[in-house]
Amino acid sequence: MNSLIQTAIEQGLVFSILAIGVFITYKILDFADLSVEGTFPFGAFIFARFITLGINPFLSTLFAFLFGTLAGLITYTLNIKLKIKALLSGILTMTLLYSINLRINGKSNVGLFNYSSIFDNLEVIIVLVIIVAMVKILMDSFLKTEVGYLLIATGDNETLVKSLGENCDKYKLIGLMLSNGLVALSGALMAQFQGFADINMGTSIIVVALASIIIGDTVFKNSRKLRGTTRAIIGAVTYKFIGAVAIDLGLDPNDLKAISALIVIVFLSYNTFSPNISLKSLKKQKRVGAYNATNK
Amino acid sequence: MLQINNLSKNFNMGTENELIVFDDFNLNIIKGECTSILGANGCGKSTLFNIISGVLTQEKGDIILNDKNINQLKENERAQFIGRVHQNPSLGVSPSLTILENISLSDKKCQKFGLKRLINKNKIDDFRTILKTLDLGLEDKLNTEVKFLSGGQRQSLSLLMATLKKPELLLLDEHTAALDPKTSRLIMEKTQELIKTHSITTMMISHNVRDAIKYSDRIIMLDKGNVVLDVKNGDITEKELVSIYNSRHFDSSLPEAV
Repeated sequence: MNSLIQTAIEQGLVFSILAIGVFITYKILDFADLSVEGTFPFGAFIFARFITLGINPFLSTLFAFLFGTLAGLITYTLNIKLKIKALLSGILTMTLLYSINLRINGKSNVGLFNYSSIFDNLEVIIVLVIIVAMVKILMDSFLKTEVGYLLIATGDNETLVKSLGENCDKYKLIGLMLSNGLVALSGALMAQFQGFADINMGTSIIVVALASIIIGDTVFKNSRKLRGTTRAIIGAVTYKFIGAVAIDLGLDPNDLKAISALIVIVFLSYNTFSPNISLKSLKKQKRVGAYNATNK
Repeated sequence: MLQINNLSKNFNMGTENELIVFDDFNLNIIKGECTSILGANGCGKSTLFNIISGVLTQEKGDIILNDKNINQLKENERAQFIGRVHQNPSLGVSPSLTILENISLSDKKCQKFGLKRLINKNKIDDFRTILKTLDLGLEDKLNTEVKFLSGGQRQSLSLLMATLKKPELLLLDEHTAALDPKTSRLIMEKTQELIKTHSITTMMISHNVRDAIKYSDRIIMLDKGNVVLDVKNGDITEKELVSIYNSRHFDSSLPEAV
């Protein structure tokens, strides 16, 4: 059970970078970007390509991030320059990437066990914690900058951004590139973690990312102090943990995707239909009740 | 100050829904004045504002602001001269950001946005002072997200943000229409205070004849893309204006016209 929990946490950390990436498009920009399903394995294959060429694993991982940002550029071009709807732009990028992914190494599955990885010198979990912490701190600081706030404002109200003299497209580009870069980074980490890159590793990954974000949001619904990035990380780890426990209890791993979809459905509908149940709101209700009682 | 020369604008040209809003339309707005634009729905008021601010492009004609032709400038490039407050209070603010974050953004209007931290602690007191002039207690809610504010509070903030960096031309697009009468009056008073103190040239779309009489220096009435009335305030009484207004079958605005 202990090793199961550890694996769940490690996988959760890998996916938390994916979740932070999707958080940028889904939550900040309000852009349903499905291209991540192609970008995730794209990152893994780019890593595999560079590592098999003998490049340092850290550098190969960085390349995965940089190449990933290009996927964001494709979606941006389709959506903003060619005026194709956001959802379709993402699907088209994903489809393009499927063939590109097969071309990168010339095959659909690349084993990486015989190559070095960034996990060689330290415990896997320590490396992952360091990377996730770095990504989180960088993202949080970025969102506090002038450009970061304009990214948030672009998702919120484009009219305002224009009235500030800025071009919204620029911020959509930044958001999409950053998001896809992080997703590719997550894919590169996953490839090293599991020891191979596979063409199918991106299938329904968007559900995993959304599940992580939504779980994080639901659990911390009323905590405004907690940043979106923190929620995404906690959500991803929780999500993986729930999955691991379910398998441990005898769930067929083949059913896991259906369970993932169910988790998203349950949490989404909970958010929509539930009364605002939290400690804070209960306290408030108590106060209001007391006030009404004294003023009768 | 603002000249609109030979403006032509139509929608859906060549289809059965073809609509000619302006055909050879001319208007000259004088510096420092507050000009009210009255007219029924569909007379071209909002289209005019959208053309001035660059949301729509005209088929023909020139928009000249302070002797500079701004035809080629995009909406966001015109923002350096033009401020606009919309009817919908949410259009002027970023709802998921706090008051402080919103006002800090507008303080950087048309400057270079870079990788510096947006919130400048030294400016917080200045912002508090400015917010205090609104008299809505917003200065104590700096860290409240704007989505939690009422429509009136949001619109006041929008107004403040649109005028923080004094625009050469301020466009008020029925900016009190979505508010209750009391809040609406309050915002009109604040608007007047702001534009008089800084003598900002203003164009104000309104359906409210009383507001037009009370707050503007000049009143223009549009009908089917033409100026049908252009008077200096004082040359016309409220009663006369109401009767002209109503005589043009502005049914949608009858109750407000009184």
